[in-house]
Amino acid sequence: MTEHIEAGAYTFAYLDEQTKRMIRRAILKGIAVPGYQVPFASREMPMPYGWGTGGVQVTAACLVPEDRLKVIDQGADDTTNAVSIRRFFQRTAGVATTEATTEATVIQTRHRIPETPLKAGQILVYQVPIPEPLRFLEPRETETRKMHELEEYGLMHVKLYEDIARHGQIATSYAYPVKVEGRYVMDPSPIPRFDNPKLSGNPAIQLFGAGREQRIYALPPWTEVVSLDFDDHPFQTSKAPHDCDLCGAQDSYLDEVITDDQGGRMFVCSDTDFCEGRRAKGHAGRLGGDQKSSKTFANSFEGIWPGTEGAR
Amino acid sequence: MTMLERMAVTDQPLLRVEGLTKRYGPRIGCADVSFDLYPGEVLGIVGESGSGKSTLLSCLAGHQRPDLGRISYDGRDVLAMSETDRRRLSRTDWAYVHQNPRDGLRMGVSAGGNVGERLMAVGARHYGEIRGKATDWLGRVEIAADRIDDRPSAFSGGMQQRLQIARNLVTSPRLVFMDEPTGGLDVSVQARLLDLLRGLVRDLGLSVIIVTHDLAVVRLLAHRLMVMKSGRVVEQGLTDQVLDDPQHAYTQLLVSSVLQV
Repeated sequence: MTEHIEAGAYTFAYLDEQTKRMIRRAILKGIAVPGYQVPFASREMPMPYGWGTGGVQVTAACLVPEDRLKVIDQGADDTTNAVSIRRFFQRTAGVATTEATTEATVIQTRHRIPETPLKAGQILVYQVPIPEPLRFLEPRETETRKMHELEEYGLMHVKLYEDIARHGQIATSYAYPVKVEGRYVMDPSPIPRFDNPKLSGNPAIQLFGAGREQRIYALPPWTEVVSLDFDDHPFQTSKAPHDCDLCGAQDSYLDEVITDDQGGRMFVCSDTDFCEGRRAKGHAGRLGGDQKSSKTFANSFEGIWPGTEGAR
Repeated sequence: MTMLERMAVTDQPLLRVEGLTKRYGPRIGCADVSFDLYPGEVLGIVGESGSGKSTLLSCLAGHQRPDLGRISYDGRDVLAMSETDRRRLSRTDWAYVHQNPRDGLRMGVSAGGNVGERLMAVGARHYGEIRGKATDWLGRVEIAADRIDDRPSAFSGGMQQRLQIARNLVTSPRLVFMDEPTGGLDVSVQARLLDLLRGLVRDLGLSVIIVTHDLAVVRLLAHRLMVMKSGRVVEQGLTDQVLDDPQHAYTQLLVSSVLQV
């Protein structure tokens, strides 16, 4: 990861300049038409589909040498996906990296929006598995395109209707469909619906890349984004009804972590940077008194499962 | 007010078709079809397989674009309309009942969602009201209210067809296209469905174009009849007149081919 790449082995940020140019054109078009899915000629990337090939290409097209990159996966900076994509850009672009949301200029994310509010000048790049919000309701791509063109979005509400009919409430808890500037219905990627309000009026640029599906879409700063709902079943955010056990935060999105086979569990912020920032300021939750970082906490599980020693 | 009286007070046709022609390459789908359909009128189109009745219906309903001819609905030229307007028309003022209910229903969505889809498509955003209307319509097509959250795949063929009809009529369309609505159903279920259709058509004052090869269906439902052969209309007139006193040789053959039990 730190070994020097020979000059000429890669162009800056892996992709060749013509490819980056093509992706930038798609991004600009996406920004000009917020929420519209722009087709682009997605390239093979040195990672499997589903690992963020779309996001990586968008990030590669956005990066400049002065950038400071942060990569998060489900809010965490230290999970496999985040670590490998961060290393990828350290190697191929040589850009500075950070785990602090406030210091980053480009943030590539999978399934979360950071808890710390974003600022103007930052770019948030989402990894998108299925960009078409109507896909599971209408399998024909020709038909979904026509529906976007003609603004025929009644079907999206059929899905929400089915939720209420079956579960008594809108049970869609992630990839919750939104309407952008009163025009396009958009899949916000599988972020929890807890994060949906942060999409709207955000000062940062939000870019969405779907590699396998070859689509890019975007939300320029301060775009109005409304989560779809019914008059008598309004949109509500949801999170686990707990405080973070490490930092005590009451208003952050939580992961549930099973700690033993006796029913023990804890709830921790899914945004590791936010959680550690709070603990550094002296906040502590139910189990956070002993100044364990989430990393050391995670490492404390080593050896619990048989076979992990052999792998190391 | 009886049907005839209602027809008498409106002298403007709801749908006017002039010289409609659709070719499939060198073959004729349907050729030079013209007719007027008045509000509250039921027009039957009969003919053997391949006579062009389904082609005609799909041209009328906007699923296919005819090569020649004019279609005007309520004074508006349908073929000159933008696609947005035409699709809006086809989910508000028009309805299309497919022969196979699986083509017209969303099999993965509950009965209530199926009925509610058209309402949501035209902007209904109140769950309680949508559900209320869906319950009401399921009742009108004789589906028990406790089946509202079941998927159509759990329904019998006759129920699926009735559900499809409810789903189409929920937005109070004025013109309904039906493609063999009783095809593939056994006779007792057919009879119930026809009974239901007749009641709905009468109560709601619907204009209907019904395509079938079953003369009993048109005898029961249709006011007027068009007989097609090889893409052309060979005879048209009042249903009873055409069926009891057929003039064209093909119509005579068709009428005499019906099995008598």
